[in-house]
Amino acid sequence: MAECHPVGFQWVMEAKDRGAKVIHVDPRFTRTSALADRHVPLRAGTDIAFLGGLINHVLQNELYFREYVLAYTNAATLVREDFQDTEDLDGLFSGFDPETRKYDESSWQYDGVDTPAAAGQRSTAQPGGQVKSPNDGGRADRMQEQSGEDVDVRSADQFETAGSGGSGAVPKPERDETLQHPRCVINVLKRHFSRYTPELVGEICGVEPEVFLEVAEAITANSGRDRTTAWVYSVGWTHHTVGVQYIRTCSILQALLGNMGRPGGGILALRGHASIQGSTDIPTLFNILPGYLPMPHAKQHQSLDDYCALGDQRIGFWGNMRAYTVSLLKSWWGDAAQPENDFCFDYMPRISGDHSSYRTVADMIEGKVPGYFLVGENPAVGHANGRMQRFGLANLEWLVVRDLQMIESATFWQDGPEIATGEMVTDQVPTEVFFMPAATHVEKEGTFTQTQRLLQWRHKAVEPPGECRSDLWFYFHLGRRLREKLKDSTDPRDRPLLDLVWDYPTHGEHAEPSAEAVLREINGVGPDGRTLSSYTEMKDDGSTTGGCWIYTGVYADEVNQSARRKPGREQDYVAAEWGWAWPLNRRTLYNRASADPEGRPWSERKKYVWWDEDAGEWTGVDVPDFEKGKRPDYVPPEGAKAQDGIGGADPFIMQDDGKAWLYAPAGLADGPMPTHYEPAESPMTNLLYKQQSNPGREEIHAPWNRLNPSGDDPGARVYPYVFTTYRLTEHHTAGGMSRTLPYLSELQPEFFVEVSPQLAEERGLENGGWATLVSARSAIEAKVLVTERMRPLKTTDGRLIHQIGVPYHWGERGISTGDAANDLFGVVMDPNVHIQESKVASCDIRPGRRPRGTALVEFVEGYRRRAGVPSGLVPLNGRAPVETVEGM
Amino acid sequence: MKTWLDAWPVYRQLTGPDPLGRGRAARNKGTEQLTSRTATADRVVQSVCPYCAVGCGQRVYVKDEQILQIEGDPDSPISRGRLCPKGSASKQLVTSPSRVTEVRYRRPYGTEWEDLDLDTAMDMIADRVLDARRKRWEAEDEDGRTLNRTMGIASLGGATLDNEENYLMKKLYSAMGAIQIENQARI
Amino acid sequence: MTTVSSASPAFSGNDPANRLYGPLPDVAGDAGYDGDHPARVGFFTDTSVCIGCKACEVACKEWNMLPMDDADGVRDRMGLTGMSYDNTGMLGANSWRHVAFVEQSRPVDLPMPGVGLPGAGGTPGAHGLADGSQTRQDSVLNAEALAEFDPQTGRSADREIRWLMSSDVCKHCTHAGCLDVCPTGALFRTEFGTVVVQGDICNGCGYCVPACPYGVIDQRKDDGRVFKCTLCYDRTLDGLMPACATACPTESIQFGNLDELQARADARLATLKEQGVQTARLYGRDEGDGVGGAGAFFLLLDEPEVYGLPPDPVVPTRDLPALWKSAGAAAAVMLGVIASAVLGSRRPR
Repeated sequence: MAECHPVGFQWVMEAKDRGAKVIHVDPRFTRTSALADRHVPLRAGTDIAFLGGLINHVLQNELYFREYVLAYTNAATLVREDFQDTEDLDGLFSGFDPETRKYDESSWQYDGVDTPAAAGQRSTAQPGGQVKSPNDGGRADRMQEQSGEDVDVRSADQFETAGSGGSGAVPKPERDETLQHPRCVINVLKRHFSRYTPELVGEICGVEPEVFLEVAEAITANSGRDRTTAWVYSVGWTHHTVGVQYIRTCSILQALLGNMGRPGGGILALRGHASIQGSTDIPTLFNILPGYLPMPHAKQHQSLDDYCALGDQRIGFWGNMRAYTVSLLKSWWGDAAQPENDFCFDYMPRISGDHSSYRTVADMIEGKVPGYFLVGENPAVGHANGRMQRFGLANLEWLVVRDLQMIESATFWQDGPEIATGEMVTDQVPTEVFFMPAATHVEKEGTFTQTQRLLQWRHKAVEPPGECRSDLWFYFHLGRRLREKLKDSTDPRDRPLLDLVWDYPTHGEHAEPSAEAVLREINGVGPDGRTLSSYTEMKDDGSTTGGCWIYTGVYADEVNQSARRKPGREQDYVAAEWGWAWPLNRRTLYNRASADPEGRPWSERKKYVWWDEDAGEWTGVDVPDFEKGKRPDYVPPEGAKAQDGIGGADPFIMQDDGKAWLYAPAGLADGPMPTHYEPAESPMTNLLYKQQSNPGREEIHAPWNRLNPSGDDPGARVYPYVFTTYRLTEHHTAGGMSRTLPYLSELQPEFFVEVSPQLAEERGLENGGWATLVSARSAIEAKVLVTERMRPLKTTDGRLIHQIGVPYHWGERGISTGDAANDLFGVVMDPNVHIQESKVASCDIRPGRRPRGTALVEFVEGYRRRAGVPSGLVPLNGRAPVETVEGM
Repeated sequence: MKTWLDAWPVYRQLTGPDPLGRGRAARNKGTEQLTSRTATADRVVQSVCPYCAVGCGQRVYVKDEQILQIEGDPDSPISRGRLCPKGSASKQLVTSPSRVTEVRYRRPYGTEWEDLDLDTAMDMIADRVLDARRKRWEAEDEDGRTLNRTMGIASLGGATLDNEENYLMKKLYSAMGAIQIENQARI
Repeated sequence: MTTVSSASPAFSGNDPANRLYGPLPDVAGDAGYDGDHPARVGFFTDTSVCIGCKACEVACKEWNMLPMDDADGVRDRMGLTGMSYDNTGMLGANSWRHVAFVEQSRPVDLPMPGVGLPGAGGTPGAHGLADGSQTRQDSVLNAEALAEFDPQTGRSADREIRWLMSSDVCKHCTHAGCLDVCPTGALFRTEFGTVVVQGDICNGCGYCVPACPYGVIDQRKDDGRVFKCTLCYDRTLDGLMPACATACPTESIQFGNLDELQARADARLATLKEQGVQTARLYGRDEGDGVGGAGAFFLLLDEPEVYGLPPDPVVPTRDLPALWKSAGAAAAVMLGVIASAVLGSRRPR
């Protein structure tokens, strides 16, 4: 956190000054470790084992916050009898189909649930075609009935249709409040994690049992009525084939300790980009629409009724999904959107599988994608397997790059690494490239959503120079031109463009569209023509608009609430009048949980939101994340839907049962509980199970994406070292905004890798000298920093596991230059979210610089040969097709 | 006479209370007129740092329509006026000499960048969008289900895009039927 | 009517107090500012909370518009130093703040260094770690631990690791060698008691460079003039904090009136000592030291040498008045000799 979010770290320092204990768990000793009370180094890719050990410690010693857990989690809920755990099946949960490498989740369900309630489960058409499950039970059948469609269940993409908040579950599952039943969630959980002992944590993670116990005691002592513990992760946790389960593990721990929805608690995702939160809220992502509404799916959503079928039945605030959807459609297609035409629902394109970034790049290499827009993103440096990325770029018809600087993704054809190796030849690269200069953050106005969901308006300071324009300008005017060119078209497929509401007011000599007008549209407007104050005002009859329901309220009372800037020193610590947080300016989510079931604060010290009996409403220092007037003793009537179905003592209002899930009966592609698997590329075998890595992980097989052998495969010894990538304080992501700036470049002027003195000796590396790192993808060179801050771990068989630290900011352009660390990674992904494993993989390291030219290709191929990896040689411009692999 | 004499440091040194000439006596005219650069700004604009997601407040000082200085906004309850090295360097994002401020164009199989004016570039891009959209249009799948999409246009955004920008992008792409729309948030 | 007299104490050397050494309660007053001049300001840099982010370096450069360190335009010169995360190296004409990174480690006695059940780990590998002494190539970055480690030390398995970071800056000495030797009046003391170079006067003679006991002031290679921290004189004039202190995320760099900073530092030191951080100490705080105490002083967690700071800096002009007296006599003799030499010389034509 000190490394990548230094200014945020001031609050950690302040907490420390007031007596908080700061524990830093990280493979490396970083600037954060330097200021922490305790640094816990662990092997990269083993966090589930570590966190699972903590869960086991909490459960075995009954250290959980019992009242909280009983009232606010699904601990007491019973799981189906036919559920089988990884402990029973040697690393697999029940329902796994080895053929398709996907799970049928029906056995994971709550007891007595005939129809598994996985909301919107359906699979994507994976490469190699769709997979028919022999066991499309439960809800899927219902879906089939409803939509008359043939639905693939067991989804790798179910998030795509479920939207946020996970999948629905039945509201009234069977519970055993005594927690005695062996199939109670908490007992299932206890059995599942029972082998995660301090000793096993030690073996897997390389954390000494005594250090582990120190952490366990610290967090349990600091949780409960009077105290809370916060977990902070930077999004490196997502960069694993088990990334979603990493975060699930922490969620389970925090729910057990009663640290959710309370001040000083929670799990804080420290995001690394100014508006990465905003980029999912209002997504430019293939699988969701604004506000985490799912992107319509061809096999499930032929009509608006299909699309809203699940939402209409749901309990909690997802139950109003139809109103959110119709308001969105009204914002987009205005008067054209009418009840009789499903509010133009048919104008929406349908997805039919995984259309995520890496899959799309594979399609590009195969020549299937003519056009590509890169808007402030530099995948040639910043994405896993840079060579694959660049081959994708080299097989387009045209590419538009919008950026401030001439980034590597715009110049791959000119001086990219493959030009040097001869795998690309400049005058044989067909891609037409438009470099469109962009405006900086001070040359345009608009909102960023920062890491705690806070929208902050930026006022414009100056005009952009020359032909630099905002992305708002670019897309507005592109849309305007498209509509102009099509204005006489009678083709029905052009109607969505022609009927689009695209009349934003413009100003200035460049006709800059008004960002405030866009924000107002996002907020939504009621029948009276005035902005809505809350998404609860949204209607499903077409009388309201709203481009992103969770942002409704940001323009309440016709005021840009995100521009509020009452100085912090004039406010209490919640600072509710600075910016605007979604939803409804709530700063801590699920804060109903900061009061006990009766609505009283758990303790005076941790008072935050509580029930005021006299006033008959919830009150506190934050906006209550609960219906203001709903009494703590409210019991939903039979059959109540949406928020009416949420009881007065159920804080987790986006879940159908209002509970925090210690066990996820549906909604995850790789298991209802997290379990430790080795990274896809690991020098160690899984000490827990025969199953080495996440059985559901997604791989792309092609010459340009060879994977290193792992575990006890003899070839694994060819790539014997673990490496992990990270950022430095002095640089930013792929470097386009830092390597180009003089003052930042000189602070970290060269690409370097960090190695322990032991590894340096083993491989003859010298501090300040050169080293070459090799994987089955590529070889890169870097300067060497030998440091005790890197620490080898010893395995049970006496082998040393060395970890290499690799900051990933560099590319061949800018003031400070170097090879791109991401070229080392292959693409292997988490099955829930298609995010690559780029925080851990294996490699070799040797002293000296890497070969140049075609010799580099031969060098990497030689390694592959020795490791028994298929050839990675490619035809010109890398145009080798994706391979079908048996059992994939 | 005293006036011009006063301007002579040695005179001041020998006559004033600074006999060693190390303080008041040594001050020259430039020093006397010194003032902070920000004090000369025409206006101050409140903004937000574009690097990580902490969301530190920035104050942008503008003079003659140029950025004079960017520093932390002490009003922000998030950052309390502080900035990290990247935030402190953010003025250089605007003023960097290597910043590209004109459209650059590389024709298919070209070996060099070429000039292209913005209007022409926008028109060419619009044509290419319509062409790619048409070429890879999918009206329905093999079972006759509506797809209403094109597989010809992909997009990848950085997560420094404004919410308003992301909104227009998703809206426009969806209307044109493009679905391979991704963001750093996936990565 | 003012009088100009060669009997000025500056020339006579008859000043009762040596104004070039020892404590000086009012530096600005001593430099000729009226009694109502502002209080002396300075920096207290508390390295115990420094996170090494280098915001100070950048904010300083940004405000003072300093060139990159490769101001000579030779990009190749910009390179990794190999000294931990410090690529600035030292204070200089273009780097008025410099964050030092000191990596320290020492072995600790643990039964098992790495993974594995105690006693079940088999024999140590070829590069056993248990006692640390088998480490054959030490990182060159490692300074020997010079003192007992304190509770802030992170124990990382078999080794205790400490990563010290400290933002160095011009000390704005009570007795500033640079200022005392400056022959042109380019260097001067401000009403805030800080020491500042007037760039339009400096002639690049460079006398000040060796006169600084800390090696702070430095000549810029392309124009020869000297540059150093001004404690953002322009900003202090307008009531703003210096750029570095403004940016510093963790308040490691604190700006304020010197007496208040000193009190704060004393309290912080006491707190740390209370917490068992026996290695903590103040540097530059003592008005009895060789520069009369510094306007920019530090809380360190180890010996000053560890951070690259001189342990016992002395202003080179300390003995100047005494020298001046004896030199005066010698000079008179010399003048006579020179005069006679000049007068007695014959031009060759």
